[in-house]
Amino acid sequence: MSIYVDPAKCDGCSVCVKSCPFNVIEVKPFDGLRMLATITVEGCTMCGACVAACRFNAISIDIERQPVQDLDKYRGVWVFGEQREGKVAPVVFELIGVGRDLADARKAELAVVILGHELNEAVEELASYPVDKVYICESPELAVYDAERYCRVLTDVTRELKPEVFLAGATTTGRSFMSGIAISLYTGLTADCTGLEIGEDGLLYQTRPAYGGNIMATILCRYTRPQMSTVRHKVFPMSCKRASGKAEIVRLEPKQALFPSRSKVIEFIEQVGEKVNLVDADIIVSGGRGLGGPENFAIIRELADELGAAVGSSRAAVDAGWIPYAHQVGQTGRTVCPKIYIACGISGAVQHQVGMKSSDVIIAINKDPSAPMFDLADYGFVGDLFEIVPALTKKIRQMRGARETCEV
Amino acid sequence: MRICCCIKQVPATTEVKIDPETKTLVREGIENQINPFDLYALEEAVRTKERRTEEGDASTVTVLSMGPPWAEESLREAISLGADDAILLSNKAFAGADTWCTSYTLAMALKKLEPDIVFCGMQAIDGDTGQVGPGIAVHLNYAQAAYVSKIESMDDKKLVAKRLIEEGYEVVEVKLPAVLTIVKEINEPRTASLRGKMNAKKAEIPVWGPADIAAPAEKIGLLGSPTQVVKVMTPPCRAGGDKYEGEPEELAGKLYDVLKCMEVV
Repeated sequence: MSIYVDPAKCDGCSVCVKSCPFNVIEVKPFDGLRMLATITVEGCTMCGACVAACRFNAISIDIERQPVQDLDKYRGVWVFGEQREGKVAPVVFELIGVGRDLADARKAELAVVILGHELNEAVEELASYPVDKVYICESPELAVYDAERYCRVLTDVTRELKPEVFLAGATTTGRSFMSGIAISLYTGLTADCTGLEIGEDGLLYQTRPAYGGNIMATILCRYTRPQMSTVRHKVFPMSCKRASGKAEIVRLEPKQALFPSRSKVIEFIEQVGEKVNLVDADIIVSGGRGLGGPENFAIIRELADELGAAVGSSRAAVDAGWIPYAHQVGQTGRTVCPKIYIACGISGAVQHQVGMKSSDVIIAINKDPSAPMFDLADYGFVGDLFEIVPALTKKIRQMRGARETCEV
Repeated sequence: MRICCCIKQVPATTEVKIDPETKTLVREGIENQINPFDLYALEEAVRTKERRTEEGDASTVTVLSMGPPWAEESLREAISLGADDAILLSNKAFAGADTWCTSYTLAMALKKLEPDIVFCGMQAIDGDTGQVGPGIAVHLNYAQAAYVSKIESMDDKKLVAKRLIEEGYEVVEVKLPAVLTIVKEINEPRTASLRGKMNAKKAEIPVWGPADIAAPAEKIGLLGSPTQVVKVMTPPCRAGGDKYEGEPEELAGKLYDVLKCMEVV
C-alpha cells in the first residue's frame, strides 16, 4: 500500500495534520513558494482519515496486495456483533455457532467484536456464549451505525489484531460496510454465504447461492487475509449458551481521529405495528394477486397475528399498491428463509420462488391446482383462500380458547 | 452536476444451467437485460438530472457498465431511458473480476469523470452480492448511503436520503460527492421515449480498457481478484409434497393439524 499527496491539488491548509490519528503528517515548505502536506510513511497505517478530511482530494491511497508470507500472522475467527440501541441482532448468535466450529477446526480463538455506546448488557450477553473473547469499541460517536465511521474503525482494529476469518450477518448493515473493510485491506469478501467449512488445506470454503439460488458456488480467498464473509440469516442454528464461565472482555480504544464521516443519521423510523422484519421472522404468511385487493390483506394479517408471523407479499401485490415494498419477497424484494412460509393466493412465479424456496416448510393455498407454487410446497391446499384462511384463523382461536379454558 | 449511474447486464432469467463437461455456466441462447435494480437507479439518476437542470444547474447522466462487448446494447437502452451518454468498460483483462476488482475498475473509470453523485442498484440479480456499490464509494473515497428508498432533498453540497433497513427506515444526511445504492421502492421507471430511442441509436459509446483508466494489470480481472470460485453446482430441486383438496373447513382443519405437528399453534 502507498499514500500520495498531489502537489498540484494540496493547498497546505493542514486539516490533514489534525485528522491524522498517528501524527505522521507535517506541512512543510515546498518548491520555495508554498506549503505541502508531507506524510511519513513509517507509522502510517493507511487508515484514510486524512484522505477523507482533505477538501481538495489531494491525498490518495494506493491499495496493494499483502505479501503472501504474512498470511500466517493472521489467527482466530471474528464475528461482527451487530447491534441497534444495545440489542444484539439475532444473526450474531447464529454466527457464534458456526464461528465456534470454524475456530475449533483451526484450533484458534473465536471472538465477537462489537461497536457502539453503553453496551454493558450486550457485552454480558455475548460473553455468556461460547466465545473466547468479546472485543468492545465504545464511544458515543459509535452509538448509531455509520457506514464510513464503522468501516474505518473496524478496518483499523482488523489490521492491528489480524483475524484469519471475519464473519458478519448479511444484513443491510453487514452487506454495506464489510465491503469497505475488504476493499481497504485488499482481501476477499464473499456475500450472503449459506455454507462455511474449513477444508483440509485449512482454508475457509464459502458456499453461496447465485442466480437466485439456481447455482451454488464455492469460493476461496487463498492469498489474502482475513477471509471475510457475510452470512445469510437463519441458515445456521443459534448457538447454545456456554455451560460455565464467561468470555474474556477486551476493551479497545477506538481512535477519535477515525471518526470523521461525511454522513450522519438524522432519524430512525421504526416500523411499528405490523411485523415487516421478514428476514428475522420464523413464520411468514404471504399474500399475492389472488387476494384481489388491498382490503383483503386483512385476512392475511389476522392469521399472521395468531401465528406471531410476519406478513409477506408477492411482487404483483406490491406493484398494485396493495401493500408497501418492505413486504415484498422475491428477486426484487427480500430473500427469506423462515421455518414456515405460507403462500396464500400466490401462483409462484420463478421470481417469487427465488426469494422463498429455501424456507424449511412451504405451505401453499391456491384455487388453481396447476399453480407452480404447488411444485414447491410441502403441503398444498387446493381451494379458496377466502374460505380456508379465515377458517384456519378461527380454528386456531377456538383451540387456543379451549386450551385456556381447560387450564383455568 | 455530473451524475453517473453504474449498470450491469444480466441474463433475463435466473434459470441457468451448468455445462456438465466444462463446469461453467451455459450462456449461449440466453437473452440479456439491464439488472432490474439498476433500472431504478437509472431512473433516479435521470430524475435527479431533470430536477437539477430545472433548478438552473445544467446536469448530465453518464452510464457505465463493465462487461462483454455486447453489454453495449444495455448501455444503448439506458440512453433510450434518459441517460446522455455511456461508457463501456470491456477488455479481456477485466474478465473474471470479483467484487473487489469490479468496484476498483468502475471506480477508476469514475475517477476520470469526477461525478458528484454515483447511482447503483442495490445488487444484481445474478451475483446478488450488493457489495460493488459500497465498494466503489471506498475506492473513490466518496461518502455513501446504501439501500436508498427516497431522496428527500438535495443541494450542491449534500443530500438527505431515506434508507430501507430491516427494522424500518433511517434518514441520513450525506455530503457530496457520494455513492447511493437504490432499492425498488424509490420510483417507477419510465419507458423509452421516441426521442430517447433515436438518441440511443446514434450514440457513440466509447470502449475503455485498462490503459484508459490507468488500472494496472495486477488489480483487475481474475489476476487482481482476492476470491476465486472453485466449484459450481446445481442444488437439488425441491419436490412438491402432498396436495389436498376438499371442503374449506376440512382443509383448514388439515392445515391446523400440520401447524400443530410443527408446534406453532
